[in-house]
Amino acid sequence: MVRTNFAGMVPVPSGRPVVRAHDLRRSYRTRAGTFRRERKEVEAVRGVSFDIERGELFGLLGPNGAGKTTTIKMLITLLLPTGGSAEVLGHDVVADAREVRRHIGYVFGGDRGLYERLSALDNLRYFAELYGVPPREQRQRIGELVEMVGLTGREKERVEGFSRGMRQRLHIARGLLHDPEVLFLDEPTIGIDPVGARELRGTIATLREQGKTILLTTHYMFEADELCDRIAVIRGGEIVAEGTPADLKQRVTAGHVVEVETFGLPETSVDAVRLLDGVRSAAVEERGQAQVLIVQVRPGAEVTSLVLGSLDGVNVGRVSSREPTLEDAYVELVSAEPAGAPA
Amino acid sequence: MRVLRLVAVSYWLHLKMIAVSVFEGVFQVIWPIYFATVAFLLYGRSDEPGVLVYAGLGAAVMGIWSVVTTTASGLLQRERWLGTLELLVASPTRFALVLVPITTAMASLGLFSLVSTLLWAWLLFGITVPVASPLAFVVSILVSVFSVALLGFLLSVAVVRYRTAWAMGNLLEYPGWLLCGFLVPLTLFPSWVSWISYALPPTWGMQAIRASAHGESPWLDVVMCLLVGLVYGVVGALLSETVLRSARRHATLSLT
Repeated sequence: MVRTNFAGMVPVPSGRPVVRAHDLRRSYRTRAGTFRRERKEVEAVRGVSFDIERGELFGLLGPNGAGKTTTIKMLITLLLPTGGSAEVLGHDVVADAREVRRHIGYVFGGDRGLYERLSALDNLRYFAELYGVPPREQRQRIGELVEMVGLTGREKERVEGFSRGMRQRLHIARGLLHDPEVLFLDEPTIGIDPVGARELRGTIATLREQGKTILLTTHYMFEADELCDRIAVIRGGEIVAEGTPADLKQRVTAGHVVEVETFGLPETSVDAVRLLDGVRSAAVEERGQAQVLIVQVRPGAEVTSLVLGSLDGVNVGRVSSREPTLEDAYVELVSAEPAGAPA
Repeated sequence: MRVLRLVAVSYWLHLKMIAVSVFEGVFQVIWPIYFATVAFLLYGRSDEPGVLVYAGLGAAVMGIWSVVTTTASGLLQRERWLGTLELLVASPTRFALVLVPITTAMASLGLFSLVSTLLWAWLLFGITVPVASPLAFVVSILVSVFSVALLGFLLSVAVVRYRTAWAMGNLLEYPGWLLCGFLVPLTLFPSWVSWISYALPPTWGMQAIRASAHGESPWLDVVMCLLVGLVYGVVGALLSETVLRSARRHATLSLT
């Protein structure tokens, strides 16, 4: 069990959360065209606010491009916010960036972020130096972490021969070298096989038990449900819902879900279904050759025949009705029209 | 103490990374040898005694300059591709302290090209470089490598902000051969050119190396080489924080 704490618990001013984001904003300038260059301003994060208390595992959940990574990068000082403010352990992420970096760990998903030509051990040694881990503690610390992430026996091999899962575990070890109090995990299980992902979730759960404050971004609902104390759902750069997994489930437990398997479903038909009385939302999920129309139905409403009527001319397969899940809550939240969007 | 350890460990690990690739290693040796050969063939026609020694030493140091200008600035680009640049920035260590060991490791590779060029000159062209003061010769080389590494550090700072700034290194390679007096005496150029030449650490380094080989005192040139290099280092260190802030503002750290 890794509990060496040379960084020590950092005191946070009383009554203040460990991580606080207040009306955080970030826009990017993009350019299009070769000769006639057009500049465009894209708002990736639009006024995100949340607090994370000590020892809490907070999930930031949203689809690709929702603004999860941009938010996390502002909190770990890699990006300057264009508006709002954020602090970690009482330190402002803009004015006091170095102090923030000293006390946080950052792990991102994917197979980049490691020196391929160095061994796992050398990668860890390098980052241990960068984070100022005292030389006397380095060897023991690295040994413990290698064991914790299950890389014992492989640590002297070059990273270029590692599988994606092994690289991800090495990332976790790297992020924990200086025993940070706050951990930022940006889609850590992305691209890993189910067994590897489960092991990684086990590691994250262990870290929470050890009292680490964790911000986890993911677009896997079950992962957030399994791990997080609280979840914020982000869509189009804005937080559209926040609460415990139970709170979010509560949003859709009333009513039921109708699933219709279709082949060649046009968007116009989906729009027509959305307008039906008793329909709360409708989304489409690709499953092989088929498109499954998932319709959230209001309590007491019976819409199956109306839905099928709206699918006139569409090849329809199996039709089923079931209880709503947490994933349905998520789908409903992220597929709803953003506030202020043109009708 | 912590800083020294950090620099030493970082230097060693980056050198290890560069040395791992046989292809890159061979390339760093062959590339300067090719141009040195051209220089030897050109200067071989001269009847003037000592001209081949002049060319031999110049061609040897040329390799260090080429390695730094063409590849040190590209090293940060490698960090971008590996996805490690963001991690380096996210660490609490001052960015200048992260960069200097990387560029110094690269410049050290220039030592391979220096030795191989001298060997090549001896084996194929029979050019023996007499070294009157071996200690001064070695010190001059090491100071030159360090100073050129600091220049490389300044170049690499630009790459943090601008992705394609590595190309700047290629632009500097050939003019540097002339401006630093590797193969052609600076006296051949108009006087205003010498201002540029003496603003470059290898010019002083080259003079120190030649002086120590000929048994003259190299120390003034060694000190000047070090001072000019340190100026580049200080400018780089000051710029690095500004450039880093700009990169964080413009979100260019994660771009490849």
